[in-house]
Amino acid sequence: MSTVTAKPGEATLPAETAAVSRVPAHQVLAFGVMTALLIVAPFAVYPVFLMKALCFALFACAFNLLIGYVGLLSFGHAAFLGSAGYATAHAAKVWGLPPEVAILFGTAVAGVLGVAIGAVTIRSRGIYFANITLAFAQMIFFCSLQAKFTGGEDGIQAVPRGTFLGLLDLRQMYVLYFVVLAIFLVGFVVIYRAIHSPFGQVLKAVRENEPRAISLGYRAEHYKLIAFVLSATLSGLAGGTKAIVFQLASLTDVHWTMSGEVVLMTLLGGLGTVFGPVVGAFILVALENYLAQLGAWVTIVQGAIFVVCVLTFRRGVVGELGRLLRKPL
Amino acid sequence: MTIFGIPPQALFGQLLIGLINGAFYAMLSLGLSVIFGLLNIINFAHGALYMMGAFVAYFALQWAGIGYWPSLLIGPLVVGLVGIVLERTMLKRLYHLDHLYGLLLTFGIALVIQGVFRNEFGSSGLPYGIPKQLQGGYNLGFMFLPMYRAWVIVFSLVVCLGTWYVIERTRLGSYLRAATENPALVQAFGINVPRMITLTYGFGVALAALAGVLAAPIYQVNPLMGADLIIVVFAVVVIGGMGSILGSIVTGFALGVVEGFTKVFYPEASNTVIFVIMALVLLVRPAGLFGRTA
Amino acid sequence: MRLTRVFTLAAALLAVASAAHAQVSDGVIKIGVLNDQSSLYADLAGQGSVVAARMAVEDFGADKKGMKVEIISADHQNKPDVGSQIARQWLDADKVDVIVDVPNSGVALAVNQIIRDKGKAFLVSGAASSDLTGKACSPNTIHWTYDTWALANGTGNAIVKTGGDTWFFLTADYAFGHALERDVEAVVVKNGGKVVGKVRHPLNTQDFSSFLLQAQASKAKIIGLANAGGDTTNAIKQGSEFGIARGGQNFAGLLVFITDVHALGLEKAQGLMFTETFYWDMNDRTRAFSTKFAERNRGIHPTMIHAGVYSSVLHYLKAVEALKGDDGTKVIAKMKEMPTDDPLFGKGTVRPDGRKIHPAYLFEVKKPSESKGAWDYYKTRATIPAEQAFRPLDQGDCPLVKK
Repeated sequence: MSTVTAKPGEATLPAETAAVSRVPAHQVLAFGVMTALLIVAPFAVYPVFLMKALCFALFACAFNLLIGYVGLLSFGHAAFLGSAGYATAHAAKVWGLPPEVAILFGTAVAGVLGVAIGAVTIRSRGIYFANITLAFAQMIFFCSLQAKFTGGEDGIQAVPRGTFLGLLDLRQMYVLYFVVLAIFLVGFVVIYRAIHSPFGQVLKAVRENEPRAISLGYRAEHYKLIAFVLSATLSGLAGGTKAIVFQLASLTDVHWTMSGEVVLMTLLGGLGTVFGPVVGAFILVALENYLAQLGAWVTIVQGAIFVVCVLTFRRGVVGELGRLLRKPL
Repeated sequence: MTIFGIPPQALFGQLLIGLINGAFYAMLSLGLSVIFGLLNIINFAHGALYMMGAFVAYFALQWAGIGYWPSLLIGPLVVGLVGIVLERTMLKRLYHLDHLYGLLLTFGIALVIQGVFRNEFGSSGLPYGIPKQLQGGYNLGFMFLPMYRAWVIVFSLVVCLGTWYVIERTRLGSYLRAATENPALVQAFGINVPRMITLTYGFGVALAALAGVLAAPIYQVNPLMGADLIIVVFAVVVIGGMGSILGSIVTGFALGVVEGFTKVFYPEASNTVIFVIMALVLLVRPAGLFGRTA
Repeated sequence: MRLTRVFTLAAALLAVASAAHAQVSDGVIKIGVLNDQSSLYADLAGQGSVVAARMAVEDFGADKKGMKVEIISADHQNKPDVGSQIARQWLDADKVDVIVDVPNSGVALAVNQIIRDKGKAFLVSGAASSDLTGKACSPNTIHWTYDTWALANGTGNAIVKTGGDTWFFLTADYAFGHALERDVEAVVVKNGGKVVGKVRHPLNTQDFSSFLLQAQASKAKIIGLANAGGDTTNAIKQGSEFGIARGGQNFAGLLVFITDVHALGLEKAQGLMFTETFYWDMNDRTRAFSTKFAERNRGIHPTMIHAGVYSSVLHYLKAVEALKGDDGTKVIAKMKEMPTDDPLFGKGTVRPDGRKIHPAYLFEVKKPSESKGAWDYYKTRATIPAEQAFRPLDQGDCPLVKK
């Protein structure tokens, strides 16, 4: 096995590990199946429900980047989802920007927030990291509650859907759906490429044994921060898209229970798996929909799933599936 | 005569209210700290168990005509037992895993408990009256202080200091502290560490329930009363230093006062100020004000 | 999984094919009752509104007339995003034709927009914001029972005229609270009074102690409670704890329901003055309705919101019958054409801006000694005739009203 000596701060990989960057066949197949299902689904299932699931799936994938591959549990990810939602809603409604610009604006806001919060929190680990991210998210929540432009309890309502790229009228449900699907797939591929790349390998090294990674010359803090910002930015993409779909940005998306929900989706689907968060998001949104008639049962079932998953089902749906097939999913 | 442009009445009044809130923060963060110190588990269910304490008091009154004073004992006992059951059946299995799983498990438990209660009772609040002996109040000149709220401050101070004394100054407390540092060695000395852990969890939870009974007459007994409180209590524990008993008590009361202070000058920020302080403290002293480095 | 797309496509084709005869869509009139069923507004609307809607359908005699009417309900949890998602799903996928009730003005405004976009009908009974017939008015919405302007006009006027000329507002921090505070402040100032302070509290506040302290410090004669439901009762209960009355101050409940008085008890609530548009014990017709209602609603007597749901659904069904179709915009237009008449509000009309007109009453809560038993809580202090009870048509900034 030949190795190339890395200069301090620089990361070069031996030839063998470069092979890992090639995409495994079974994952391509799984991606194909997922995309095919999502293309056909809106003709059988209420499209708005699917769009909600897609936004949350993207959110969960972005969250998974942090916990699955860096090993950091953020309990404040709602801050990114919700702030992007408010930013996009404001841009579309008050500034009259077209939807694609508004969503990009929301994503950028979440990215900036990610840099700001990440720079401060990334030094912490484990429980402390969870706590401090929660604290920052609470600050964002209370800022959202107080700021005039967010509309407090009422939220920003009647956000116009507009015309995407000047061509696609988003008020048509199917047009909107396929635009949202495209956004989801773009985000998904970005995350996938980030994981299956030299960058992703370093993240795994940092997660497995941070002191050793540092001793090898990798600046662990930088890598963790980049991952954090990426996670925040893509969460923002999900949040901005959601604001356009539902034409509403509200406090629910910055509340800490939303941070808990994304943890649950990822846990249920499978921490650290590629497709787990998507599956987890769809299951949870479907559950919420189905149980909505029964009031508080949603919370009870969510809590029960948490308990069961943590005690006996830690690999999650896709994790267990992957174990059965003996291939990582 | 004004202090910073605010009449002293308003200032002292809000500080006193802040002290009352601080009492609850102190009691709840005390329980959390005790549990974290020994079990290394962040007990997210603390808020839900606090709520259960208030509900036990409510049920005791509704179904059995048992008043406030016995409830101060019954609430913690019942909920403490529930805690022991939780620890034996579920928490025990996670000790060998990453601590974050404990956080997630207790989060799930909190959701279940709150959901069940919300299903049964809605979320708007059930009435629980102030006990006769504690009705009325004192006219302090700058404000009218209801007697019950004064009692809350006194009682929680007694409980907090009592707990601190037991843990820091008695033999039982020393076993506890030793087990925190080196459970295997303590067990080798013949002390039943698993049982101590179980009882400690039960005790921490009982403290939460006691706070709940204390809160019932003033905060409206409702299923979500612990939900938003727990987040603030986390901040208090982190600022004080996770695992530090004195840290939790002092920080709890202090932050209640700071919050009250903020309500005078900048009321909108009063909810956020604790988190701002937490962020600042964590940057300067990552282990908290009184904590030992993790 | 539903084949909604196929059905709606088929229905659309059918509608086009039979354009000459307006038809009731898919043969069923589906009514969706959307309100708070588990939180601070659950008693004043909640399940009771569903009961009221059912009673309206029965009293209309839908069965005998061969009209199929279905009622479904859901809990919006006082969240605009939950409420608007339910509304969307109901209108898109569940073929709901009209949404009724919706207390919580924030949710109502969000639903108002969605209904307008989809051309269905919206009968608001629970929400209060006068913006619903003002700048947010819509050809698909009728605001039935009351609004913040009517409350301000009734209660605000009466209290200032009896000497309550300095006010401190305790306001619920959302659309309703802001609207109520704005409308009452205008009345107070118009009558020569002064607003010496205001503080906003989050919806569903458990502990009012620091806000009450501020109210006491302001030394205002009147502490105006620009909130409702659980928030109002909590503030009043804790107010007595902090000796508000002892300090010579009085609470003005700006929106109070009979369920609040029931929760507080006459001891604490006596003397409270407020405006409502319905009371169960006003005449024989209201009493007859209320007895039947209470039987079906666990003994809880109807609030004005419940009465509004009954009255609006009844009038809606009459309009659908006359129109022989349930296209939302057309039915609302018909409802504005037809004068209203029902056992609860008597005769009335619906204005072009969507405002239903009927008299309002200034009530005062009886002393415990004056009450003959449970639910006998109000005495009528004044009657405000219909033409004066609501904001004049030209003052609302409603784009539907031609100047």
